[in-house]
Amino acid sequence: MFDYLWIVPFLPMLGFIILAVFGGRISRSLVALVGVGSVGLSALLVIIIGLQFLIDPPAGYAFTQVVWQWINVGQLTPAIAFRLDALSLVFCFVVTFVGFLIHLYSSEFMEEDDGYSRFFAYMNLFVSSMLMLVLADNLLLLYLGWEGVGLCSYLLIGFWYKDPENGYAARKAFVVTRVGDTAMAIGLFLLFTSFGTLNIQQLMDSASQNWAVGSSLAIFAAVLLLGGAVGKSAQLPLQTWLPDAMAGPSPVSALIHAATMVTAGVYLIARTHVIFELAPPIQLVVAIIGALTLLISGFSAITQVDIKRVLAYSTISQIGYMFLALGVGAWSAGVFHFMTHAFFKALLFLGAGVIIISLHHEHNMFKMGGLRKQLPVTFWTFLIASGSLAAFPLVTAGFYSKDMIIWYAWSGEKGNVLLWLAGVFGAFITGIYTFRMVFVTFFGEAKMKVDRKPGRRLLIPLMVLAFLSVFAGVIELPDTMGHLKLFSGFLHSILPPVESLHESAGTELIFQIITAVLALSGIFLAYFFYMKKFRTVEDITRGGLAAMLRKYWFAGWGFDWLYDHIFVFPIVWFSQINKNDFIDLFYNGIAGLNRYFHRELKRTQSGQLRWYAMGILIGALITITIVVFI
Amino acid sequence: MTTTPIEIGLLLAGILFSLGLIGVLVRKNIIFILMSIEIMLNAAGLAFILAGARWAQADGQVMFLFILTMAAAEVSVGLAIILQFYHLFKTLNADAASKMRG
Repeated sequence: MFDYLWIVPFLPMLGFIILAVFGGRISRSLVALVGVGSVGLSALLVIIIGLQFLIDPPAGYAFTQVVWQWINVGQLTPAIAFRLDALSLVFCFVVTFVGFLIHLYSSEFMEEDDGYSRFFAYMNLFVSSMLMLVLADNLLLLYLGWEGVGLCSYLLIGFWYKDPENGYAARKAFVVTRVGDTAMAIGLFLLFTSFGTLNIQQLMDSASQNWAVGSSLAIFAAVLLLGGAVGKSAQLPLQTWLPDAMAGPSPVSALIHAATMVTAGVYLIARTHVIFELAPPIQLVVAIIGALTLLISGFSAITQVDIKRVLAYSTISQIGYMFLALGVGAWSAGVFHFMTHAFFKALLFLGAGVIIISLHHEHNMFKMGGLRKQLPVTFWTFLIASGSLAAFPLVTAGFYSKDMIIWYAWSGEKGNVLLWLAGVFGAFITGIYTFRMVFVTFFGEAKMKVDRKPGRRLLIPLMVLAFLSVFAGVIELPDTMGHLKLFSGFLHSILPPVESLHESAGTELIFQIITAVLALSGIFLAYFFYMKKFRTVEDITRGGLAAMLRKYWFAGWGFDWLYDHIFVFPIVWFSQINKNDFIDLFYNGIAGLNRYFHRELKRTQSGQLRWYAMGILIGALITITIVVFI
Repeated sequence: MTTTPIEIGLLLAGILFSLGLIGVLVRKNIIFILMSIEIMLNAAGLAFILAGARWAQADGQVMFLFILTMAAAEVSVGLAIILQFYHLFKTLNADAASKMRG
């Protein structure tokens, strides 16, 4: 079955081509069939291949398939080659399977949209690019996928292009991620000039052989790769694009800006973990970025009123957890949290999408309320996903993955108390903002009437994802509860295990209880404020420092303001002065000079035959003079 | 028998060439211009003959034959153009051709 690996990214690409060429001419049901079917078949194939991988793993737990030689210039010989190992299999599974559910959901969600076939064409292109990214065996192909998903992100954020705001959000996402991508491209150049190859395995082997731990080249390479990862995964300081990216349709937010694309940075770091291990200071920076991001965006999430913006900040925060895990060397914990996060966050976005279309595209949570009775399935699945996000102890997948990260943030070889504190406090904040959202949206008085009941194609993906949000956790249980290491054991062929300094199960249990209690107290705090209303938030933040803080957090800690003043306004100002482009003056000058000579020389073309003869004579005399006398 | 020094012959060729050139430049009548060009060509031919005689090589005479042939061809084309020119402008003044404007 491994020989059919190339079909996995090919099928969505084929779907994209069909929809792009014939999309306008075929019926809507056929569009949905092609769009959903291509990803569905791809998911099926990944599951079959994955099963074979589990039962009968290939030699060295990796399978490489070269499809064709892409470029062959000197040393640069990247191939279109796919490499399947444990890490890419996990990502492939999530991309195709969650992708399929979201496509199925979209087939109903987008039903009344004019751009139905365009939407599915973009979505298929996205899935294909994302698969190319995770399956790539060399960094150039990975970069192709990387830019491909960036393009699709741009196209889909600005999907409703008639509103200029959406186009602005799309451009912002594109430009901000481009900053990171540029760093990453330079990183690839650095790796290529150092080792003369872009093949990931060869690179990792030569890097660990040739670079000493902490050598300056390793640090540069790690910083540049981290730059790419930070841009794509919306981490500090390039996180500003993600909340605005919510301008796109909800399934897009679920697929691209929650489950898959934004975690490409996590994939990149996990994939090139050798380089990060060779640069310990940068690995610490990864952890610090993760810790800061998860706190900052957690605080921002508490103050938002737009349901999708809450989820966007929450996504940034959860990817912060993944970065924290990567930074302390708990690679498989990061990937595990990626997987559970893909399930529950996709579910939250899809649930939010159901709410939004049921209420005439209303995004403001405080205008919703009381939806528990009107949208029962959505409520229960949303509640499960929220529990998972808030790490509700024992019964949710999110608890196991988040607990694993928080535990290693302290006990891991590279962990420390501050990182642990950030993680635990982040869990507390997560509890607050998640259940604030749940209580405000689903409980209390109904302020709006639901006029559209969600159909089966909307609800089935919700239920499947809700199932996974609960039970995906049981494949990896901590030492204190069953000690089941299926997931990290599966990944050990590619990602080294974390060195734990504190093996005692008793200590781990105490830490788990602390985490659980803090997460629960976050939920209770939200309960007291938003259900019991024993003091409203408006009371506390009526004036002074609290109000200022709230405003500040609402604006995402003023990063947009800062970047506007540092980068955007100066560039706009400069381009306004330089409307006529002073560099053009030089080229316009050359053109003007030519025109002048042309005008003067034109006079000699009088049509007077004898003047021409005279010209020849003078020219000949001058030439002869030069030849003879000089 | 005393041989004429080559300088005299070349001087003759030069004078002939200059006369032809001046003719081309000052004459308005297109037929005279054509005749002047013939004089220049023959001056060049004379120079070849002289050079051939001086170094006792046949090349000079060969070149003259070429020039002769070329001149014949040139005259036939030139005269045909003159006929057309006259047909068009009803004059033989070469400056009239400037009306064609390229």
